[in-house]
Amino acid sequence: MSENMVMSARNLASGYDGRIIIPDMTMTIPAGKISVLIGANGCGKSTLLKAFCRLNRVYAGTITLGDRDIRDYGPKEYARSVGMLPQSPAVPEGISVRELVTRGRFPYRQPLKGLAAADYQAVDRAIAVMGIEAIADRNVDELSGGQRQRVWIALSLAQETDILFLDEPTTFLDISYQIEILELLVRLNRENRTTIVMVLHDINLAARYADYLFAMKQGQLIREEKPADIIDEALIREVYGMESRIITDPVYGTPNVIPVGNPSLLRE
Amino acid sequence: MSPDAARRRRRWNTAVIVTAVLTVLLAGAMLCCGNTFYGPAVVFRVLRGEMISSASYAILQLRLPRMLGAVFSGMAFGMAGFVFQTVLRNPLASPDVIGISTSTSAAAVFCISVLGLQGIVVPAVSVVTGLCVSLIIYLLAARNGFSHARMILIGIGVQAMLGAVISWVLSRTSEYDVANTMRWMNGSLTNARMQESLTVMAVAVLGAVFLFSRREAMRLIELGDAYAETLGGNIRRLYPQVIAAAVLLVAFATAAVGPVSSVSFLAGPIASRISGRSRSTLIPSALAGAVLVLAADLIGQFLMPARYPAGVITGLLGGPYLLYLLVTINRKGETA
Repeated sequence: MSENMVMSARNLASGYDGRIIIPDMTMTIPAGKISVLIGANGCGKSTLLKAFCRLNRVYAGTITLGDRDIRDYGPKEYARSVGMLPQSPAVPEGISVRELVTRGRFPYRQPLKGLAAADYQAVDRAIAVMGIEAIADRNVDELSGGQRQRVWIALSLAQETDILFLDEPTTFLDISYQIEILELLVRLNRENRTTIVMVLHDINLAARYADYLFAMKQGQLIREEKPADIIDEALIREVYGMESRIITDPVYGTPNVIPVGNPSLLRE
Repeated sequence: MSPDAARRRRRWNTAVIVTAVLTVLLAGAMLCCGNTFYGPAVVFRVLRGEMISSASYAILQLRLPRMLGAVFSGMAFGMAGFVFQTVLRNPLASPDVIGISTSTSAAAVFCISVLGLQGIVVPAVSVVTGLCVSLIIYLLAARNGFSHARMILIGIGVQAMLGAVISWVLSRTSEYDVANTMRWMNGSLTNARMQESLTVMAVAVLGAVFLFSRREAMRLIELGDAYAETLGGNIRRLYPQVIAAAVLLVAFATAAVGPVSSVSFLAGPIASRISGRSRSTLIPSALAGAVLVLAADLIGQFLMPARYPAGVITGLLGGPYLLYLLVTINRKGETA
């Protein structure tokens, strides 16, 4: 894979339906790293993700990929550099895992031509990396949620982008699948140097797997740093408006957030 | 390739070959059968340009335009239905259910009866009307956030309104014009004329090439608009392009043989049922449309106690399928 392209936003204002959710955002996505966006519901995490993927309007400012404005890229050209896995994509009926993964090759295809050798190779490689060879001929609509998520990530892999955005890739998965998916993404990042940017709701998992955390509140970036450097009780109070205690994860040494809540409700 | 993938591919290939062969056989039958039966040998000689008294007239002047009209309008209806059902992600959303086909008929009837127009200008006005009505239905459905279900309901409402427009225009039409306007109202191949058949042939071929070049992009739509966009599908350009192509196909097919009911509605689901979904069902849908129109016309002409127009036969299939869809969709608890 080529040298990772740097993606950054400068004085970005974005939103949808004429509503500005993010008024003024300046940030650079660390190339070749795993970045996680955290923040309360409605703080603009998904809006920001979609702006980077050209799904939301840019009302002011710019987003650049490499040295070009992202609006100057052709649709397929952009899709060869930047991929996105939406939160809960529609599951098409009656198509096999392999066929679905092959959709990731669309940006490389010519309108009137069939699949090329490179397309078959990329699909095989993606299926192997995600360990889904055994289910490659099953119909996608028969799979469990965890298996399905592997298939979607395989699709993104087949797309062979420098940067991959994921909107809450672990939602609706039980805890063991959450860990499995996140570890696959870490491997992807380490082995292919794919830049990964994702929204996660579980702040403890975010602290464990992220190289960088971006904490957002009301469309603003509050802090961006390595998880160990920014997660403290003050930050959690500011981002989520909630009291907490921070302990150290006994396995990874990363910060772990314990919400205080209202202890008198449960224990006398 | 794994055995399962090979089996899926074989199924698709078989479906295409079978429907294509069926199309050719039925088209051939249409040239052979009529008031007088002529064998394939005679038909071939006539098609090669030999003059055979009586046979030449019947085959070249009557049966050939009818056959070409049936094949290519069937393909056009089939592809148009495929496009609408794919873009709107709903089997109910075919142009003959949501008022697009009716709008082209209403425009044509109005042009002929009220404005006294004739010739190519009639289908041209139909196309423009079809596009405008598609846009109006879309804009109405897009208020307060686009909803596919609302679009279909609005389309059904528009369908009813346009039906009323047609009745009103007809009620004040002179007897001479009624014959002309009927072409636009009943799907019948009895009056197929060479000029319209050749036109729909050209439109169907051009439409097929264009839609074929967009077939993979259309397959991305089922993943959702946002996902399709991030995969490079350029959905905002794709939608107007393929919808315009579909309206064009419907309008010219209707100009040639009338609104043969339910062909658009049935072709896509039949195609995906027989070919599977391992590849785009655009081509199987076109062939299924052709087979439907050819078979319906042959059945209506020769297998019924009286001669029925093709649209009556296809309508007999479409009605129950519509009911079936409505019942099963309700059972699944979906909102259409």
